Amino acid sequence: MTNTLHRYGDAESFHDDYVVFAMCCRGKNDQNSVPKLRKFLEMALPFKPVNLGDARHGGALRPSRSMDPTSHWNRDIEPNFEAVIGGLDIPTTAAAVFDNRIAAEDFVKAVVEADLGLSVNISTSIDGAEQCCAHAGIHRHSVGYSLGFEGKTEHLPNEDVLKLATMCGHGMVAASLAKKMIDWVKEGRRTPEQAASYMTRFCSCGVFNPSRAKRILIEASQRTK
Amino acid sequence: MTINPNKCVACGNCTYVCPMGAIYIDPEIKRATINRTECVECYTCFHGLSQEHLNPTMVRTMRKIFQMMRLRFDPEPDVCPTAAFEPDELVWPRVIRRAFSDPRVPHESTGIEGRGTEEVKTNDISGRVKVGEVGFTIEFGRPGVGVWMSEIQVMCTALAEHGVSFEKKNPITSLMSDVSKGQLREDVLGEKVLSAIVEIKTTIDRTEEIVRLVHDVEKRLDTVVALGVGTRCDADGEDRVVAPILERLGYELQRAKTNIGIGKVTNPEARAEMQKETATR
Repeated sequence: MTNTLHRYGDAESFHDDYVVFAMCCRGKNDQNSVPKLRKFLEMALPFKPVNLGDARHGGALRPSRSMDPTSHWNRDIEPNFEAVIGGLDIPTTAAAVFDNRIAAEDFVKAVVEADLGLSVNISTSIDGAEQCCAHAGIHRHSVGYSLGFEGKTEHLPNEDVLKLATMCGHGMVAASLAKKMIDWVKEGRRTPEQAASYMTRFCSCGVFNPSRAKRILIEASQRTK
Repeated sequence: MTINPNKCVACGNCTYVCPMGAIYIDPEIKRATINRTECVECYTCFHGLSQEHLNPTMVRTMRKIFQMMRLRFDPEPDVCPTAAFEPDELVWPRVIRRAFSDPRVPHESTGIEGRGTEEVKTNDISGRVKVGEVGFTIEFGRPGVGVWMSEIQVMCTALAEHGVSFEKKNPITSLMSDVSKGQLREDVLGEKVLSAIVEIKTTIDRTEEIVRLVHDVEKRLDTVVALGVGTRCDADGEDRVVAPILERLGYELQRAKTNIGIGKVTNPEARAEMQKETATR
């Protein structure tokens, strides 16, 4: 899951983006790991995450296999955290997404104290992760840097679209959908919250950050160029 | 993936959600159609769109009436009103498109979802990247560009010529016919995937060489490349070696994933093995 690593933006743009995820190592600590992964997700709730997810079943806002036609007028865009926690049934990657440093720091500290035995990673700005570790009184073990996008970057969309689309690192949020959502917010056809919720549903592991998406949508829709 | 023309009402919602832009409304048949060459079988259309099960004839009639009156119904943009997407049975080698593009499908070679391995994310337990080593993840095609396997081979052969070791459990490595040369199986070279990750490991002193090599080779590819560089921190939790090299090469490091080192070996067999190794030492 390098899927949280290559989010587009500078360090400042990640001030509202903290992904904390837990996973087990195959053959080393995967036995009886499901209750621990669930516990990890449950522990996130008091710190008000903006998304929760597991890599197999998805995030807290999911598409429906049989949508009621009246949903077009009263679509529920509230995240269902309980469904994520209850649905985690195999060893996989569990993720909690926060939109502020304080919450992320406190959650990491709680996770360290809980001593679940799972590998835990923080994906955010380098400084942001260091501050979380310092708050929890631990040292970083390993670090994986993103060097950004290279090669034929002329194939990539504009920066606003890129910031939105790369929040699903598996590439499930299409650039054309992100562009359409910016346009819809600009036209007043949808609120930023609604537009963010559409994109959130496409992220298949629950690491999309709807709070950051909302901010980017507002900024992009007010841009004149 | 296929779209059932008897169900499709050409609402166009799916044309925006395809990460590859491979879905379009065919003006001749007036139905959404998938460009099979560009489709990477990511199943985003099938899984990501919510499904209604409306009567296609009724929806088409309503759309025609609205169109005649120049009225616009403003439905939700993430819905297929008639559940028209139907997965087809994928056979080799096309099946690898889905294996690399749909994160809900675990790779048989790794057992984990996604396109890579656990790399430094479980380094506190696996010890995969040790002090003095660097792990590289070279990702192709993301976001939304895609990559042909033949292009990945260009990078792999170049890396092999420099004598790097490929991560054995990586899905791309599992497709190699000759790992020492970085050559992929002939029959997969014509397949396109949403993204794929090549993973290698070297000693720290080769960091600059590998970064420069990747930078040179990516110029010959018609896709985007995202490079990740992972290393072990020192006892103080600091990286005083790799980050300065990368910064010297001109990279402004902004984002990273940080393993906080609290994982433990808990499987009884793995613990026993670990104790045995300790005793031997």
